[in-house]
Amino acid sequence: MSELLSMTAVAARAGLAQKAFSARELTEAYLKAADDTAALNVYVAMTADKARAMADASDARLAKGDARPLEGIPIGIKDMFCTEGVETTASSRILKGFVPRYESTVTARLWDAGGVMLGKLNCDEFAMGSANETSAFGAAVNPWQATSGALKGKALTPGGSSGGSAAAMAARACLLAPGTDTGGSIRQPAALCGLVGLKPTYGRCSRRGIVAFASSLDQAGPITRDVADCALMLTAMAGHDAGDSTSLSAPLPDLESALTAGVKGMRIGIPDEYTLDSMNAEIIALWQQGRAWLEDAGAQCVSVSLPHTRYALPTYYIIAPAEASSNLARYDGVRYGQRVDGATLDEMYAKTRGAGFGDEVKRRVLIGTYVLSAGYYDAYYIKAQQVRRLIQDDFAKVFQDVDALLTPSTPTPAFALGAEMDALTMYLNDVFTVPANLAGIPAISVPAGLSSEGLPLGLQLIAPAMREDQLMRGGAVLEKAAGFTHIAKGAAA
Amino acid sequence: MSIDKQTVARIAHLARIAVDDGAQERLKAELSGILAWVEQLNELDTSHVAPLTSVTGHALPMREDAVSDGGDADTILANAPEKAADFFVVPKVIE
Repeated sequence: MSELLSMTAVAARAGLAQKAFSARELTEAYLKAADDTAALNVYVAMTADKARAMADASDARLAKGDARPLEGIPIGIKDMFCTEGVETTASSRILKGFVPRYESTVTARLWDAGGVMLGKLNCDEFAMGSANETSAFGAAVNPWQATSGALKGKALTPGGSSGGSAAAMAARACLLAPGTDTGGSIRQPAALCGLVGLKPTYGRCSRRGIVAFASSLDQAGPITRDVADCALMLTAMAGHDAGDSTSLSAPLPDLESALTAGVKGMRIGIPDEYTLDSMNAEIIALWQQGRAWLEDAGAQCVSVSLPHTRYALPTYYIIAPAEASSNLARYDGVRYGQRVDGATLDEMYAKTRGAGFGDEVKRRVLIGTYVLSAGYYDAYYIKAQQVRRLIQDDFAKVFQDVDALLTPSTPTPAFALGAEMDALTMYLNDVFTVPANLAGIPAISVPAGLSSEGLPLGLQLIAPAMREDQLMRGGAVLEKAAGFTHIAKGAAA
Repeated sequence: MSIDKQTVARIAHLARIAVDDGAQERLKAELSGILAWVEQLNELDTSHVAPLTSVTGHALPMREDAVSDGGDADTILANAPEKAADFFVVPKVIE
């Protein structure tokens, strides 16, 4: 059993093709692993019957020699993706009971590629959070545990908002997991759980059927065990969709051949502004190690400056709530989800939304409403859009000189669940990931080592728009040099 | 900018979110803290910077002005909390 659970998707695909095991056997192993790790609170719904039917269909295809790219690969789906006939709540009370009548484009592409759906995974409510603690289902738990220090024996966060997805991947309760990333929601949990996570160029993956948070920032992407799986999965997920007017029509570069292209001759920028005063010494050391790994493989690393970096978080916390306040206006108790009755229509709206939204979602909708309201629109929202341009310009300038940037993925390893933290401290988790969302450019987090307490740490590579191939080149080199083969203590055996 | 309780009540009404008295007091402090923090953007002179409204710079694509979907009231109404015939039902808005 453990042999089936320890394979990458690329290896499982080879095993299926060689008839070493069947898709049904692989799916049963993962269904059992999901049961065995139920205490981590990662799945909010299992679709075991559907999984078995899909696996049997994959076995029929494999028998005919008609396998598709993800044939028979068990996949867990973040509850932000609409799945036809399967309850989709974005981990919010307000969407309890909502059963979509259509499939999101990204998940439809995964099923068209032969993927097997295991179930829906926990996340922060409407993807608003960095610790999976804002979920109406309660927090997902990181299967990694500290081996020493103050965190030893404590339940740790898997990060957020794709916390259930990353925790399930690290627990071996699924083999691939698509996430969504608005300010770091794929890369931060991937880093905290020892996984690869990639946010593509804005527009690469269709947003159709993904519960909208901040439409100009939201982007779906893969969470995987290694960089090769990431290439395989993104190739299946990405593609133009007429159902999303911001979907890109340009073809994805050949990611598979980029995996072995190496970094010889590449120029990698090390941004000065990503060194924070409060930064953990281990993270700084790992960052320097990453630089050395890339140089050893033939890249040239140079210091670069992105002068507006420190304004990225406050810019994000105007733009994302503004867009959220508009997107979440649809939850009004009329067309879907929960309703709380009221004497008037306005009272019904207010009671429904007051009861249905959690505290963090309310905070963001209220901030968004405020910055878009008459008299404050120019001072906050327009100002943030102007600074957003300065941030994008910073990247455009450095990318005239370098092919990619190397930064840490997060300022700290996983922290304890339930730690008292105000909103602003929580927001700092995304300090290294938010700029790529604001600029619409792709970025990857690759597991690079363990902290002294035995917790995973990630390094991030950021590339110019459309150049996910550069992330594969650099990511594969970092992965090989780091040799990260550790398994979470709480993983299914 | 520090906001008062009245402002919290006003934006909660604009957002159509019922917020009780105790929560208004808490939100006053939380929202004021977040707004004070985002105001560091005022350190930057952006008077000559055009607001960024599209990260890709692409124009929205045109499509044929034709009906591509519809005529399926049952599907549209499937998740409605309250419905009657082919309609969503809401509290009475006209006396």
